[in-house]
Amino acid sequence: MDRSVEIELTVNGSEVRRRVEARQHLVDFLREELGLTGSHIGCEHGVCGACTVRVNGEIVRGCLMLAAQASGCRVETIEGLSDSGELAALQKAFHERNALQCGFCTPAMLLAARDLQLKNPKASRDEIRAHLSGNYCRCTGYQAIVDAVEEVLHGKG
Amino acid sequence: MKAPSFAYAKPRSLAEAFDLLERPGAKALAGGQSLIPSLNMRLSSPELLVDINGLEELRGISLERGVVRIGALTSHAEIERSEVIRKHLPLLAEAVRHVAHPAIRNRGTIGGSLALADPAAEYPACVLAMQGVIFVRGGRGARRIAAQDFFRGLFETGLEPGELVAAVEVTAQLKDERTAFLELARRHGDYAIIGLAAFASSSGARRLAYFGAGDRPVLALGAALARDLEAAKRALDRDLRPPADLYHSSATKLHLAKVLLERAWIGLSKSS
Repeated sequence: MDRSVEIELTVNGSEVRRRVEARQHLVDFLREELGLTGSHIGCEHGVCGACTVRVNGEIVRGCLMLAAQASGCRVETIEGLSDSGELAALQKAFHERNALQCGFCTPAMLLAARDLQLKNPKASRDEIRAHLSGNYCRCTGYQAIVDAVEEVLHGKG
Repeated sequence: MKAPSFAYAKPRSLAEAFDLLERPGAKALAGGQSLIPSLNMRLSSPELLVDINGLEELRGISLERGVVRIGALTSHAEIERSEVIRKHLPLLAEAVRHVAHPAIRNRGTIGGSLALADPAAEYPACVLAMQGVIFVRGGRGARRIAAQDFFRGLFETGLEPGELVAAVEVTAQLKDERTAFLELARRHGDYAIIGLAAFASSSGARRLAYFGAGDRPVLALGAALARDLEAAKRALDRDLRPPADLYHSSATKLHLAKVLLERAWIGLSKSS
Protein backbone atom coordinates (compact mmCIF):
# COMPACT_ATOMS: atom_id res chain seq x y z
CA MET A 1 0.00 0.00 0.00
CA ASP A 2 0.97 3.59 -0.46
CA ARG A 3 3.33 5.02 2.11
CA SER A 4 2.63 8.57 0.97
CA VAL A 5 -0.63 10.47 1.13
CA GLU A 6 -2.10 13.40 -0.79
CA ILE A 7 -3.29 16.02 1.69
CA GLU A 8 -5.23 19.26 1.37
CA LEU A 9 -5.62 21.64 4.29
CA THR A 10 -5.67 25.30 5.27
CA VAL A 11 -2.68 26.62 7.14
CA ASN A 12 -3.07 30.10 8.60
CA GLY A 13 -5.81 30.79 6.09
CA SER A 14 -3.94 29.63 2.98
CA GLU A 15 -4.86 26.48 1.13
CA VAL A 16 -2.06 23.98 0.94
CA ARG A 17 -1.82 20.82 -1.13
CA ARG A 18 1.08 18.39 -0.80
CA ARG A 19 2.04 14.76 -1.03
CA VAL A 20 3.55 13.73 2.28
CA GLU A 21 5.00 10.59 3.78
CA ALA A 22 2.38 8.86 5.93
CA ARG A 23 4.83 8.75 8.83
CA GLN A 24 5.44 12.52 8.87
CA HIS A 25 3.88 14.22 11.86
CA LEU A 26 2.13 17.53 11.57
CA VAL A 27 4.79 19.73 13.14
CA ASP A 28 7.52 18.32 10.88
CA PHE A 29 5.26 19.03 7.91
CA LEU A 30 4.73 22.63 9.04
CA ARG A 31 8.43 23.18 9.68
CA GLU A 32 10.05 21.21 6.86
CA GLU A 33 7.53 21.57 4.04
CA LEU A 34 6.07 24.99 4.76
CA GLY A 35 8.97 26.64 6.57
CA LEU A 36 6.79 27.56 9.55
CA THR A 37 9.47 27.04 12.18
CA GLY A 38 7.70 28.87 15.03
CA SER A 39 6.20 25.59 16.24
CA HIS A 40 9.08 23.88 17.98
CA ILE A 41 10.07 20.26 18.41
CA GLY A 42 11.23 19.33 21.88
CA CYS A 43 10.62 15.78 23.03
CA GLU A 44 8.71 14.38 20.05
CA HIS A 45 6.60 12.13 22.23
CA GLY A 46 3.95 14.42 23.66
CA VAL A 47 5.51 15.41 26.97
CA CYS A 48 6.96 18.92 26.52
CA GLY A 49 4.19 20.67 24.59
CA ALA A 50 6.56 22.85 22.51
CA CYS A 51 4.90 21.74 19.26
CA THR A 52 1.38 22.92 20.21
CA VAL A 53 -0.67 24.09 17.21
CA ARG A 54 -4.38 24.69 16.69
CA VAL A 55 -6.38 22.28 14.53
CA ASN A 56 -10.03 23.13 13.82
CA GLY A 57 -9.95 25.56 16.72
CA GLU A 58 -8.56 23.12 19.32
CA ILE A 59 -4.97 22.98 20.54
CA VAL A 60 -3.15 19.70 19.85
CA ARG A 61 0.34 18.27 20.07
CA GLY A 62 1.84 18.69 16.60
CA CYS A 63 4.12 15.71 17.20
CA LEU A 64 1.22 13.41 18.10
CA MET A 65 -0.83 13.97 14.99
CA LEU A 66 0.16 12.83 11.50
CA ALA A 67 0.18 15.39 8.71
CA ALA A 68 -2.05 12.89 6.86
CA GLN A 69 -4.64 13.25 9.66
CA ALA A 70 -4.74 17.01 9.18
CA SER A 71 -6.09 16.67 5.66
CA GLY A 72 -9.32 18.65 5.42
CA CYS A 73 -8.49 20.53 8.61
CA ARG A 74 -7.92 24.18 9.46
CA VAL A 75 -4.47 24.48 11.01
CA GLU A 76 -3.24 27.62 12.79
CA THR A 77 0.29 28.18 14.04
CA ILE A 78 2.06 30.85 16.03
CA GLU A 79 2.89 32.63 12.75
CA GLY A 80 -0.76 33.04 11.74
CA LEU A 81 -2.03 33.86 15.21
CA SER A 82 0.75 36.37 15.74
CA ASP A 83 0.17 38.12 12.41
CA SER A 84 -3.58 38.34 12.97
CA GLY A 85 -3.05 40.12 16.28
CA GLU A 86 -5.01 37.47 18.16
CA LEU A 87 -2.13 36.95 20.60
CA ALA A 88 -1.05 40.59 20.87
CA ALA A 89 -2.20 41.16 24.45
CA LEU A 90 -0.60 37.94 25.68
CA GLN A 91 2.62 38.67 23.79
CA LYS A 92 2.80 42.13 25.33
CA ALA A 93 2.26 40.77 28.84
CA PHE A 94 4.83 37.99 28.34
CA HIS A 95 7.33 40.61 27.14
CA GLU A 96 6.70 43.06 29.96
CA ARG A 97 6.82 40.45 32.70
CA ASN A 98 9.86 38.57 31.42
CA ALA A 99 7.72 35.48 30.98
CA LEU A 100 10.35 34.05 28.65
CA GLN A 101 14.09 33.72 28.54
CA CYS A 102 15.22 31.42 25.74
CA GLY A 103 11.77 31.53 24.13
CA PHE A 104 11.73 27.92 23.01
CA CYS A 105 8.47 27.11 24.81
CA THR A 106 6.88 30.52 24.20
CA PRO A 107 4.91 29.98 20.95
CA ALA A 108 3.23 26.90 22.40
CA MET A 109 2.76 28.56 25.78
CA LEU A 110 0.97 31.46 24.04
CA LEU A 111 -1.31 29.06 22.19
CA ALA A 112 -2.19 27.20 25.39
CA ALA A 113 -2.79 30.49 27.23
CA ARG A 114 -4.99 31.79 24.40
CA ASP A 115 -6.97 28.54 24.49
CA LEU A 116 -7.65 29.09 28.19
CA GLN A 117 -8.60 32.72 27.56
CA LEU A 118 -11.20 31.58 25.01
CA LYS A 119 -12.60 28.71 27.11
CA ASN A 120 -12.41 30.01 30.64
CA PRO A 121 -11.70 33.75 30.67
CA LYS A 122 -12.28 33.93 34.41
CA ALA A 123 -9.79 31.16 35.21
CA SER A 124 -8.20 31.26 38.65
CA ARG A 125 -4.45 31.08 39.16
CA ASP A 126 -4.77 27.35 39.88
CA GLU A 127 -6.77 26.85 36.71
CA ILE A 128 -4.14 28.74 34.73
CA ARG A 129 -1.48 26.42 36.12
CA ALA A 130 -3.58 23.34 35.34
CA HIS A 131 -4.21 24.50 31.78
CA LEU A 132 -0.52 25.18 31.15
CA SER A 133 0.59 21.99 32.91
CA GLY A 134 1.23 20.29 29.58
CA ASN A 135 3.78 22.90 28.50
CA TYR A 136 7.31 22.66 29.85
CA CYS A 137 9.39 25.81 30.42
CA ARG A 138 12.94 25.15 31.59
CA CYS A 139 13.95 28.81 32.14
CA THR A 140 11.41 30.87 33.99
CA GLY A 141 10.08 28.67 36.77
CA TYR A 142 6.58 29.48 35.45
CA GLN A 143 5.83 32.24 37.98
CA ALA A 144 6.16 35.05 35.44
CA ILE A 145 4.23 33.09 32.82
CA VAL A 146 1.29 32.59 35.19
CA ASP A 147 1.52 36.28 36.15
CA ALA A 148 1.38 37.33 32.50
CA VAL A 149 -1.61 35.13 31.71
CA GLU A 150 -3.38 36.27 34.86
CA GLU A 151 -2.79 39.90 33.90
CA VAL A 152 -4.38 39.40 30.50
CA LEU A 153 -7.34 37.44 31.89
CA HIS A 154 -8.09 39.73 34.81
CA GLY A 155 -6.54 43.00 33.73
CA LYS A 156 -4.17 43.01 36.71
CA GLY A 157 -1.24 45.31 36.14
CA MET B 1 12.79 10.56 16.90
CA LYS B 2 10.79 10.06 13.75
CA ALA B 3 8.30 7.27 13.24
CA PRO B 4 9.31 4.35 11.01
CA SER B 5 7.77 4.14 7.57
CA PHE B 6 4.22 2.77 7.25
CA ALA B 7 1.26 2.94 4.91
CA TYR B 8 -1.87 4.88 5.85
CA ALA B 9 -5.53 4.34 5.08
CA LYS B 10 -8.63 6.10 6.29
CA PRO B 11 -11.67 3.85 5.82
CA ARG B 12 -15.13 5.35 5.32
CA SER B 13 -17.06 2.46 6.80
CA LEU B 14 -16.65 -0.12 9.54
CA ALA B 15 -16.72 -2.91 6.95
CA GLU B 16 -13.83 -1.29 5.10
CA ALA B 17 -11.96 -0.81 8.39
CA PHE B 18 -12.31 -4.49 9.34
CA ASP B 19 -11.15 -5.44 5.87
CA LEU B 20 -8.02 -3.28 6.21
CA LEU B 21 -7.34 -4.52 9.75
CA GLU B 22 -7.09 -8.08 8.38
CA ARG B 23 -3.94 -7.15 6.47
CA PRO B 24 -0.61 -8.23 7.94
CA GLY B 25 0.93 -5.64 10.25
CA ALA B 26 -2.20 -3.47 10.31
CA LYS B 27 -2.93 -1.40 13.40
CA ALA B 28 -5.88 0.84 14.23
CA LEU B 29 -5.18 4.53 14.83
CA ALA B 30 -7.72 6.37 16.99
CA GLY B 31 -6.63 9.52 18.85
CA GLY B 32 -3.01 8.46 18.52
CA GLN B 33 -1.94 10.00 21.81
CA SER B 34 -0.26 6.76 22.91
CA LEU B 35 0.29 5.08 19.56
CA ILE B 36 2.10 7.98 17.88
CA PRO B 37 4.60 8.44 20.74
CA SER B 38 5.32 4.72 20.58
CA LEU B 39 5.90 5.08 16.83
CA ASN B 40 8.11 8.14 17.32
CA MET B 41 10.13 6.19 19.86
CA ARG B 42 10.23 3.19 17.53
CA LEU B 43 8.62 0.90 20.06
CA SER B 44 6.09 -0.11 17.45
CA SER B 45 6.48 -0.60 13.69
CA PRO B 46 3.19 -1.37 11.97
CA GLU B 47 3.01 -1.94 8.21
CA LEU B 48 -0.29 -0.11 7.90
CA LEU B 49 -2.11 2.40 10.07
CA VAL B 50 -5.87 2.24 9.73
CA ASP B 51 -7.13 5.67 10.80
CA ILE B 52 -10.62 5.06 12.17
CA ASN B 53 -11.36 8.74 12.87
CA GLY B 54 -13.78 8.97 9.94
CA LEU B 55 -16.19 6.43 11.47
CA GLU B 56 -18.85 8.65 12.98
CA GLU B 57 -20.84 5.70 14.38
CA LEU B 58 -18.03 5.18 16.92
CA ARG B 59 -18.48 8.67 18.38
CA GLY B 60 -20.77 10.23 20.93
CA ILE B 61 -22.32 9.90 24.39
CA SER B 62 -25.88 8.75 25.01
CA LEU B 63 -28.07 7.76 27.95
CA GLU B 64 -30.63 5.06 27.38
CA ARG B 65 -32.64 3.11 29.97
CA GLY B 66 -30.21 3.99 32.73
CA VAL B 67 -27.06 3.04 30.80
CA VAL B 68 -24.51 5.57 29.58
CA ARG B 69 -22.96 4.53 26.30
CA ILE B 70 -19.76 6.22 25.22
CA GLY B 71 -18.57 5.67 21.66
CA ALA B 72 -14.95 4.62 21.34
CA LEU B 73 -13.88 7.73 19.41
CA THR B 74 -15.27 10.11 22.03
CA SER B 75 -12.38 12.32 23.10
CA HIS B 76 -11.37 13.05 26.67
CA ALA B 77 -12.31 16.69 26.04
CA GLU B 78 -15.82 15.65 24.99
CA ILE B 79 -16.17 13.56 28.14
CA GLU B 80 -14.94 16.52 30.18
CA ARG B 81 -17.60 18.80 28.65
CA SER B 82 -20.46 16.29 28.74
CA GLU B 83 -23.48 17.10 30.89
CA VAL B 84 -24.56 13.43 30.76
CA ILE B 85 -21.22 12.29 32.17
CA ARG B 86 -21.18 14.97 34.86
CA LYS B 87 -24.67 14.01 35.98
CA HIS B 88 -24.70 10.24 35.56
CA LEU B 89 -21.05 9.12 35.76
CA PRO B 90 -19.42 11.55 38.20
CA LEU B 91 -16.55 9.07 38.69
CA LEU B 92 -15.56 9.47 35.05
CA ALA B 93 -16.05 13.24 35.20
CA GLU B 94 -13.56 13.33 38.09
CA ALA B 95 -11.14 10.96 36.35
CA VAL B 96 -10.95 12.82 33.04
CA ARG B 97 -9.39 15.85 34.71
CA HIS B 98 -6.38 13.66 35.49
CA VAL B 99 -5.97 12.38 31.93
CA ALA B 100 -2.89 14.14 30.52
CA HIS B 101 -3.19 17.79 29.43
CA PRO B 102 -5.72 19.86 27.43
CA ALA B 103 -3.95 19.49 24.06
CA ILE B 104 -3.83 15.72 24.52
CA ARG B 105 -7.38 15.49 25.84
CA ASN B 106 -8.54 17.12 22.59
CA ARG B 107 -7.32 14.11 20.56
CA GLY B 108 -7.09 11.11 22.88
CA THR B 109 -10.13 8.80 23.00
CA ILE B 110 -11.76 6.56 25.59
CA GLY B 111 -11.76 3.60 23.20
CA GLY B 112 -8.05 4.02 22.60
CA SER B 113 -7.36 4.15 26.31
CA LEU B 114 -9.40 0.99 26.99
CA ALA B 115 -7.92 -0.90 24.02
CA LEU B 116 -4.36 0.01 25.04
CA ALA B 117 -5.00 -1.07 28.67
CA ASP B 118 -2.12 0.86 30.20
CA PRO B 119 -2.07 -0.30 33.82
CA ALA B 120 -1.57 3.29 35.02
CA ALA B 121 -4.50 4.69 33.00
CA GLU B 122 -7.62 6.15 34.61
CA TYR B 123 -10.52 4.82 32.51
CA PRO B 124 -9.84 1.08 32.81
CA ALA B 125 -10.00 1.36 36.62
CA CYS B 126 -13.19 3.46 36.46
CA VAL B 127 -14.91 1.02 34.13
CA LEU B 128 -13.84 -1.88 36.35
CA ALA B 129 -15.13 -0.15 39.49
CA MET B 130 -18.47 0.60 37.80
CA GLN B 131 -18.74 -2.92 36.31
CA GLY B 132 -18.90 -1.51 32.79
CA VAL B 133 -19.08 -3.53 29.62
CA ILE B 134 -16.84 -3.12 26.59
CA PHE B 135 -18.70 -3.39 23.31
CA VAL B 136 -16.38 -4.89 20.71
CA ARG B 137 -16.89 -5.18 16.95
CA GLY B 138 -15.00 -7.10 14.32
CA GLY B 139 -15.39 -8.45 10.80
CA ARG B 140 -17.10 -11.54 12.20
CA GLY B 141 -19.58 -9.78 14.45
CA ALA B 142 -19.98 -7.97 17.73
CA ARG B 143 -19.71 -9.03 21.37
CA ARG B 144 -19.86 -7.58 24.85
CA ILE B 145 -17.05 -8.20 27.34
CA ALA B 146 -17.37 -7.36 31.05
CA ALA B 147 -14.58 -5.06 32.24
CA GLN B 148 -13.24 -7.68 34.65
CA ASP B 149 -12.74 -10.12 31.75
CA PHE B 150 -11.49 -7.48 29.31
CA PHE B 151 -8.30 -6.41 31.09
CA ARG B 152 -6.07 -9.48 31.03
CA GLY B 153 -2.54 -8.25 31.67
CA LEU B 154 0.07 -5.66 30.79
CA PHE B 155 -1.34 -3.90 27.68
CA GLU B 156 -3.32 -7.08 27.12
CA THR B 157 -7.08 -7.22 26.55
CA GLY B 158 -9.80 -9.55 25.37
CA LEU B 159 -9.67 -7.98 21.89
CA GLU B 160 -8.97 -10.47 19.11
CA PRO B 161 -6.81 -9.43 16.14
CA GLY B 162 -8.86 -7.31 13.76
CA GLU B 163 -11.40 -6.30 16.43
CA LEU B 164 -12.07 -2.76 17.63
CA VAL B 165 -13.51 -1.33 20.82
CA ALA B 166 -16.73 0.25 19.52
CA ALA B 167 -18.14 1.65 22.76
CA VAL B 168 -18.22 1.24 26.49
CA GLU B 169 -21.46 0.93 28.45
CA VAL B 170 -21.69 1.86 32.10
CA THR B 171 -24.81 1.88 34.29
CA ALA B 172 -25.64 5.42 35.37
CA GLN B 173 -24.86 6.09 39.00
CA LEU B 174 -27.93 6.09 41.24
CA LYS B 175 -28.62 8.77 43.82
CA ASP B 176 -27.70 6.66 46.82
CA GLU B 177 -24.56 5.21 45.25
CA ARG B 178 -21.23 6.85 45.95
CA THR B 179 -17.94 7.06 44.10
CA ALA B 180 -14.49 8.50 44.69
CA PHE B 181 -11.58 9.11 42.36
CA LEU B 182 -8.11 9.86 43.67
CA GLU B 183 -4.76 9.92 41.90
CA LEU B 184 -1.20 10.75 42.84
CA ALA B 185 1.17 11.89 40.08
CA ARG B 186 4.48 13.74 39.96
CA ARG B 187 2.99 16.53 37.85
CA HIS B 188 -0.71 17.20 37.20
CA GLY B 189 -1.66 15.09 34.18
CA ASP B 190 1.37 12.82 34.30
CA TYR B 191 1.18 9.06 34.66
CA ALA B 192 -0.25 7.94 37.96
CA ILE B 193 2.10 6.76 40.67
CA ILE B 194 -0.99 5.11 42.04
CA GLY B 195 -4.70 5.84 41.86
CA LEU B 196 -8.04 4.62 43.10
CA ALA B 197 -11.45 4.50 41.43
CA ALA B 198 -13.96 3.47 44.08
CA PHE B 199 -17.66 2.67 44.03
CA ALA B 200 -20.08 1.95 46.88
CA SER B 201 -23.60 0.63 46.23
CA SER B 202 -26.65 1.74 48.17
CA SER B 203 -26.25 -1.31 50.44
CA GLY B 204 -22.64 -0.32 51.13
CA ALA B 205 -20.96 -2.95 48.92
CA ARG B 206 -17.66 -1.53 47.73
CA ARG B 207 -15.56 -2.01 44.61
CA LEU B 208 -12.05 -0.57 44.94
CA ALA B 209 -10.18 -0.48 41.62
CA TYR B 210 -6.55 0.58 41.88
CA PHE B 211 -4.44 1.66 38.91
CA GLY B 212 -0.66 1.89 38.73
CA ALA B 213 -0.81 -1.02 41.17
CA GLY B 214 -0.24 -4.06 38.97
CA ASP B 215 -0.11 -5.27 35.39
CA ARG B 216 -3.75 -4.20 34.94
CA PRO B 217 -6.38 -2.38 37.02
CA VAL B 218 -6.64 -4.35 40.26
CA LEU B 219 -9.71 -4.86 42.45
CA ALA B 220 -8.82 -4.81 46.14
CA LEU B 221 -11.22 -7.57 47.14
CA GLY B 222 -10.23 -7.95 50.79
CA ALA B 223 -10.28 -4.24 51.55
CA ALA B 224 -13.68 -3.93 49.87
CA LEU B 225 -15.17 -6.40 52.37
CA ALA B 226 -13.47 -4.99 55.47
CA ARG B 227 -15.60 -3.72 58.35
CA ASP B 228 -13.64 -0.57 59.04
CA LEU B 229 -10.83 1.51 57.62
CA GLU B 230 -8.07 -0.05 59.72
CA ALA B 231 -9.06 -3.55 58.68
CA ALA B 232 -9.31 -2.38 55.06
CA LYS B 233 -5.79 -0.95 55.16
CA ARG B 234 -4.45 -4.21 56.58
CA ALA B 235 -6.29 -6.11 53.86
CA LEU B 236 -4.52 -4.04 51.20
CA ASP B 237 -1.26 -5.76 52.22
CA ARG B 238 -2.75 -8.96 50.82
CA ASP B 239 -4.76 -7.40 47.98
CA LEU B 240 -2.01 -5.44 46.27
CA ARG B 241 1.54 -6.18 45.24
CA PRO B 242 2.34 -3.01 43.27
CA PRO B 243 5.39 -3.17 41.01
CA ALA B 244 8.10 -0.59 41.74
CA ASP B 245 8.67 2.12 39.13
CA LEU B 246 11.72 4.31 38.52
CA TYR B 247 11.00 6.52 41.51
CA HIS B 248 8.79 4.55 43.90
CA SER B 249 9.40 1.21 45.58
CA SER B 250 6.64 -1.32 45.91
CA ALA B 251 6.40 -0.52 49.64
CA THR B 252 5.98 3.22 48.91
CA LYS B 253 3.21 2.50 46.45
CA LEU B 254 1.45 0.23 48.92
CA HIS B 255 1.69 2.95 51.56
CA LEU B 256 0.24 5.48 49.09
CA ALA B 257 -2.55 3.05 48.22
CA LYS B 258 -3.52 3.11 51.90
CA VAL B 259 -3.35 6.90 51.98
CA LEU B 260 -5.78 7.05 49.06
CA LEU B 261 -8.09 4.54 50.70
CA GLU B 262 -8.15 6.66 53.83
CA ARG B 263 -9.02 9.77 51.81
CA ALA B 264 -11.76 7.96 49.92
CA TRP B 265 -13.21 6.11 52.89
CA ILE B 266 -15.38 8.75 54.52
CA GLY B 267 -17.00 9.80 51.27
CA LEU B 268 -17.73 6.18 50.39
CA SER B 269 -19.17 5.34 53.80
CA LYS B 270 -21.28 8.44 54.30
CA SER B 271 -25.00 7.75 54.27
CA SER B 272 -26.79 10.28 52.13
